[in-house]
Amino acid sequence: MEKRAAPFLSRTQAALRRYLGIYAALWKNSVTREMNFKTNFLLWIVVEVLWFGLQLAFIGVLYLHTEQIGTWSKWQVVMLVGASHFIQQVFQAFFLINCTNLSELVRLGKLDFLLLLPVNSRFVVSFRQVDLGAFVNAASAVAVMVYAAQRMDLSPGAAQIAGFLVLCAAGILIHYSLMFLLASISFWTVRAQGIVWGYYNLFQIARMPDEAFGRGLFRGFFTFAVPMLLVSNVPVRLLVDKLSSAGPLLLLLVMSGLCFAVSEWIWRLSLRQYTSASS
Amino acid sequence: MRKYWHVVGIGIQNNLTYRFNYLARALFGLIPLVAILYVWRTIYADKPADGLVGSYTLAQMISYYLLITVVDALTAVNEDDWQIAADIKDGQISQFVLKPIDYLYYRLCLFGAGRITYLSVAAIPLGLFILSLHRYFVLPADWGMLGWFLLSTLLTAALQFFISYTLAMLAFWVLEVSTFIFIMFAFEYIASGHLFPLDILPPAIERVLYLTPFPYQLYFPVSIYMGKTTGVDLAKGLLVQAGWVVVAYALARFAWSRGLRKYSAVGG
Repeated sequence: MEKRAAPFLSRTQAALRRYLGIYAALWKNSVTREMNFKTNFLLWIVVEVLWFGLQLAFIGVLYLHTEQIGTWSKWQVVMLVGASHFIQQVFQAFFLINCTNLSELVRLGKLDFLLLLPVNSRFVVSFRQVDLGAFVNAASAVAVMVYAAQRMDLSPGAAQIAGFLVLCAAGILIHYSLMFLLASISFWTVRAQGIVWGYYNLFQIARMPDEAFGRGLFRGFFTFAVPMLLVSNVPVRLLVDKLSSAGPLLLLLVMSGLCFAVSEWIWRLSLRQYTSASS
Repeated sequence: MRKYWHVVGIGIQNNLTYRFNYLARALFGLIPLVAILYVWRTIYADKPADGLVGSYTLAQMISYYLLITVVDALTAVNEDDWQIAADIKDGQISQFVLKPIDYLYYRLCLFGAGRITYLSVAAIPLGLFILSLHRYFVLPADWGMLGWFLLSTLLTAALQFFISYTLAMLAFWVLEVSTFIFIMFAFEYIASGHLFPLDILPPAIERVLYLTPFPYQLYFPVSIYMGKTTGVDLAKGLLVQAGWVVVAYALARFAWSRGLRKYSAVGG
């Protein structure tokens, strides 16, 4: 047994090193690309900060007229909006452009080149570009969260923060899987940009306190089918001690695995369906 | 005049190719709307029966968002600004400088065509949605106001279009206009009443907003429908709205003529 395991281990290690090397090269490309358009890079950060501020202003207006939404207090919801923005921005940093580009790759027949490369094709398609500005915006989200924690006199322990980060990662995996799944539909409809941008609307639910949705169909659908109400609500609940059982926590982890599996299945199905646009 | 009708026809045909996209946009757009309505319902549930937010009952609040959605479907600029900017960047406008067709009117026709197609696709899901909430849907406070509401909606559409057109003219000077469009959109989104009715804001802030064109880009016609703007305020408001339309139109013309001076077709 051991003799067999050893080459397997070194093989995976070599593969891992190879992929990390490729990814480093892709990062370098992205940095070079961004630095060519410095003003534009800065302006996009301004855009994101404005939209983030706008969401916070909306919460401010809501709480002019109420003390709480369900059991969520003002600063808890600010924390929720911050966490949601953090998750969305990290997702955007790594994946968003790549997902939206997929339909263009299909439409223009450029996907051929990527499929021919001797690497996992989902890897190249998913990680081709990095959006560096999004890291700056993620930092602004963290700043808002820290401020909200101070207003609540909240000082989470190291384990709590680590748990929070793991749950955020699960949330990012959900966003990525669903967006990638939607982008894969472009293999059938060619112009799927509308669908992909439609996903933006779903981000808006992720930053709403889950208790606002009662126990009806809407909440069920966005918990078990499209788990938007888990993505940022569960991590924040952990952080602000709003979790009554481990149930939601496990559910988020399971759902993220499930979403990824489904997106992988659809991706393979679509690849089989792919006929190049050019030639 | 006939050539412009022709443009509308071609625009509709073109847009119908992407009817699936329009449908997806309309359906996805309903999701955040439903979410906001849920949030408001939860807030009202904590209040005593017939509790108010600002001057709104729950039914009025829900009606407000439904009306915003309808007016938005009728007047929002969809992809026109991107297309205009792309036309300038790619040198497509050269042909309009040579042809006996006015580019601004040409784009206005395409904008109209876009709205017609969008409505024809979105009417069914939107209609069903409003029907399912008909218990909460408040009829106009005064049927005579309906005419003023429609007039104001028309002015809203014109204002939206001319502002977007002016903004797209930036493509003569800068490479990427999308950031500017998104920055403007952010202000429009919050200050035109998209997220919440403007009269639940502290009065001082509301008064400041009325010094900008934003409330006239969405909120104003809805406030007419809901009977919040009547009498002298209505007449004054309509005049101010019309004034903003004229200003935006003048700016659009000015930006175009200055842009053309700078413009040199690249690649012919």
